[in-house]
Amino acid sequence: MMEKSIEVHNLTVSYHSKPVLWDVDFSLPTGKIVGIVGPNGSGKTTMLKTIMGLMKPDSGYTEIFGQPLDKVRERVSYVPQRESVDWDFPADVMDVVLMGRYRKNNLFRRISKEDKRIATEALEKVNLLEFAHRQISQLSGGQQQRVFIARSLAQQADIYLMDEPFVGVDAATEDAILQLLREMKNQGKTVIIVHHDLQTANEYFDHIVLLNTRLVAAGPKEEVFTKELLQEAYGGRLTVLSKLGDLISTEEFPLREPEFKENKPEK
Amino acid sequence: MDPIFLKVLVGTTLLASSAAVVGAFSYLKGQSLVGDAIAHALLPGVVLAFLLGDGRNPIFLIVGALISGLIAHYGIGYIHSRTKLKSDTAVSLVLSTFFGFGIMLMSLIQRSGQGQQAGLERYLLGKAAAITMDDVYVFSALAVILMVGVGLFYKGFQLMTFNEDFASAIGLPVPLIRFTFTVLTVLAITIGIQTVGVVLMAALLITPSAAARAWTKSLPSMLLLAAVFAASSAITGTYISSAIPKMPTGPWVVLVLAFFGFGSLIFAPEKGWLAKRRRAMANQNKTVRENVLKLMYQQEERNEVSVVLSAENMLSIRVMRPEKLRNALRDLKRRLLVVEHGSGYALTELGRSEGRRVVRLHRLWELYLTERLGMAADHIHPGAETMEHVITPEIEELLVKELGNPELDPHQSPIPYEEV
Repeated sequence: MMEKSIEVHNLTVSYHSKPVLWDVDFSLPTGKIVGIVGPNGSGKTTMLKTIMGLMKPDSGYTEIFGQPLDKVRERVSYVPQRESVDWDFPADVMDVVLMGRYRKNNLFRRISKEDKRIATEALEKVNLLEFAHRQISQLSGGQQQRVFIARSLAQQADIYLMDEPFVGVDAATEDAILQLLREMKNQGKTVIIVHHDLQTANEYFDHIVLLNTRLVAAGPKEEVFTKELLQEAYGGRLTVLSKLGDLISTEEFPLREPEFKENKPEK
Repeated sequence: MDPIFLKVLVGTTLLASSAAVVGAFSYLKGQSLVGDAIAHALLPGVVLAFLLGDGRNPIFLIVGALISGLIAHYGIGYIHSRTKLKSDTAVSLVLSTFFGFGIMLMSLIQRSGQGQQAGLERYLLGKAAAITMDDVYVFSALAVILMVGVGLFYKGFQLMTFNEDFASAIGLPVPLIRFTFTVLTVLAITIGIQTVGVVLMAALLITPSAAARAWTKSLPSMLLLAAVFAASSAITGTYISSAIPKMPTGPWVVLVLAFFGFGSLIFAPEKGWLAKRRRAMANQNKTVRENVLKLMYQQEERNEVSVVLSAENMLSIRVMRPEKLRNALRDLKRRLLVVEHGSGYALTELGRSEGRRVVRLHRLWELYLTERLGMAADHIHPGAETMEHVITPEIEELLVKELGNPELDPHQSPIPYEEV
């Protein structure tokens, strides 16, 4: 069997004690472009943030290449949503791409020539080299997105997790990003993308995780992109689930009883 | 030079510039008020240190302040993450509780007759003139710690401020970075309030950065400029207060800083108020010039011959302020877009091409509005009157491409392209 890039095991995550992901369980192959797809508020970003260790699960766990995140950090790259940062920050394009070279073990060291070379290459790949010294506040939405992707490329990882990279970008950027993703895939990299647009999902991805608080389906797109499954994800037939969620949140029920443990079995 | 003056000068300059450098990150994070809250929250620690030990020992007071400030800072974070309260609510909650507690402790001291009020009042309103030689040594040491700390943690602070999630995602020790930042902030505030007091401390942290941000676009130069603004304010403030009898130093430092702040908002290039006014004026003039060219081009289009129009003719065709028109005609003449013929004006070839461009943009935009945005033909003219002056050559190219090289606008007027 092919190596698993990501394994999500019985994951439950809540926000202000309201469950956003409920018992989600799937694993993803390597060397594919994977879409995490679902309607607004279906927990896609939470999924990505939990995999990246930015949110703590109430129960369950996630693994990357069969190991906990901390063991494989340098092989993982993360592209947050473009709107999640203040683009008025005093920095130019190069400054931001260089952040992709920051590591725990070089935090107190100056940026090296090698870092600069790698950042320059990354900028070249997203076609922004001529903008290297442009203020980030002066970039268009599509250019900002490409800066984020360049920063991620500068990490030189094996797996890339991107949160809505196609939102608010122009058609040319969309094509350029897609082209880049395919090149990355051809080099054996795994790319996982949170995406909300059904229209394009079928065209962009090899493998799809269909999410709506719980897992609707996960698998090669031919198997997942069926009318029934899409309706299940987008059809809003989960009233029972959301009512239960509200109840748990307002009545302060624990999501798991404190005695209940479900961690990865020790090897 | 007067040794007291010199002590005050060195002390205030050191602390103002180091507070500015640390405060820059709070400013960029949009947490300008956190510094204010922490400054208030130091009071209980300071009073307790005063109660337990020697009130005039700066080290003792600094440790007390540090503990109190750290508790307050983590309290704000804890309340924010564990409740649904917004962060400004958490900040004011902690600020008022700690400050109230501090005041209460203070009145206890007063009642117990321990008397030495000078040390405490100093924390409320600041008293730069009371800086001792010991203070100067401590301030210098702290200033060095602050500068070295920011230098060492520069990458961490930069990434924490710009994109904390990314910092966590790549495995940087974000809790350590935050803790260091908080300790540096509390230290800066602790020495800062000795000159300007709790109430004015926020100004010392935030104003230099707000001023510096208007002039520069890179973080290192912003930090440097903030420190320079703060140091100059400290020097000027100290000088004023020593030159005029009975003038307090702290308020003067803050006032001079405010002067830098407002000055920057007005005079800074690009972002300053004046620069914006200038751009607006330039665009207004450009609009009038282009309207004149368009008007002349349309007359030629209608009559199919080149025309000579006087200013009065133009005013009878289009409503314009006469003095604006006069200026526009003078500019157009200088730019060789029109030439004078007797008492009237005629288009040059250059001017004709420019007039054609404006008419073309107008009609392209009208077509875009009807075709792409589904607007009715009788609603599109006003929008096009504006857009014809805004659309750049790149956008024009996009428009032409997207509309498929159209020939006619929605009113069936031809879209005039440049003949190749």
